[in-house]
Amino acid sequence: MNPKLIAWKYASPPYFYPLAGKMIPWFVALAVLLGIAGLWVGFFVAPTDAQQGEGYRIIFIHVGASWMSMFLYLVMAFWAGIGLSFNTKLSSMMASAVAPTGAMFAFLSLWTGALWGKPMWGAWWVWDARLTSELILLFLYLGFIALQAAIDEPRRADKAGAIIALVGVVNVPIIYFSVKWWNTLHQGASVSLTQAPSMAKTMLLGMLLMALCFWMYSIAMALVRVRAIMLERERHSDWVANLEEVRS
Amino acid sequence: MNWHSPAEFFAMGGYAFYVWGSFGVTALALLIEPLLLRKRRSEVLKNLKRELSAKERSQ
Repeated sequence: MNPKLIAWKYASPPYFYPLAGKMIPWFVALAVLLGIAGLWVGFFVAPTDAQQGEGYRIIFIHVGASWMSMFLYLVMAFWAGIGLSFNTKLSSMMASAVAPTGAMFAFLSLWTGALWGKPMWGAWWVWDARLTSELILLFLYLGFIALQAAIDEPRRADKAGAIIALVGVVNVPIIYFSVKWWNTLHQGASVSLTQAPSMAKTMLLGMLLMALCFWMYSIAMALVRVRAIMLERERHSDWVANLEEVRS
Repeated sequence: MNWHSPAEFFAMGGYAFYVWGSFGVTALALLIEPLLLRKRRSEVLKNLKRELSAKERSQ
């Protein structure tokens, strides 16, 4: 079979459902291993920060959670956009499957940021461009989820959700560049694609390991959720009725 | 090694509340999400089985 046809085949729920099921344990295992390594480096290898003492260790989850909140939004908007333009069911289901995990990471980004801001800036929250745009990201996720939940017909819910997801994409570069465009209390990027990182190598390693752990975790959760969504939406189809876990 | 005793580790140089508040809530969130998903899946499967057996009985 030619590669294009194989791609189409796996883009249909009856084929993707078992494939996703096989992939989940691998991503869970990767997330656990990367998490253990990241926590080890973060707490036992990375040195104490000269300015912030041990308080800086919040960075190991704050940066990864923030990256994932932005990245998952792009992934969600991508699948929602594909679903909208090509009318592919599975793409829209993927968008819905990513949203709650993205919302959770946006919340964690704000939560760990508040707990970091209090001792370092003296405030849990400031209406700074970076913080405000991240809060808007959380609201975009929640808006997407609430809108889809409010519409009974799944395909209409997919389309309405896709509009929010795509319009909201503009917020992601705003978050990312906010520390450059405006004079923010939030510090500039510690890691950038164009410059050498401005931090100790072991700090960077811990941060990257935790970010990868969150990434693998997100893939695993999205796959578990998309399988549940497939069963819910396709409950009247033969392939669902013939599944071993439904028959037994 | 950064720490000379477990107590020193848990004290986090005076930032215990902030550091453990961050890591604790993150760990909790990453544990609750899979549990909620497991519940969602088992509920879907339960409903599917019920629908299927109802259908088979009516035939």
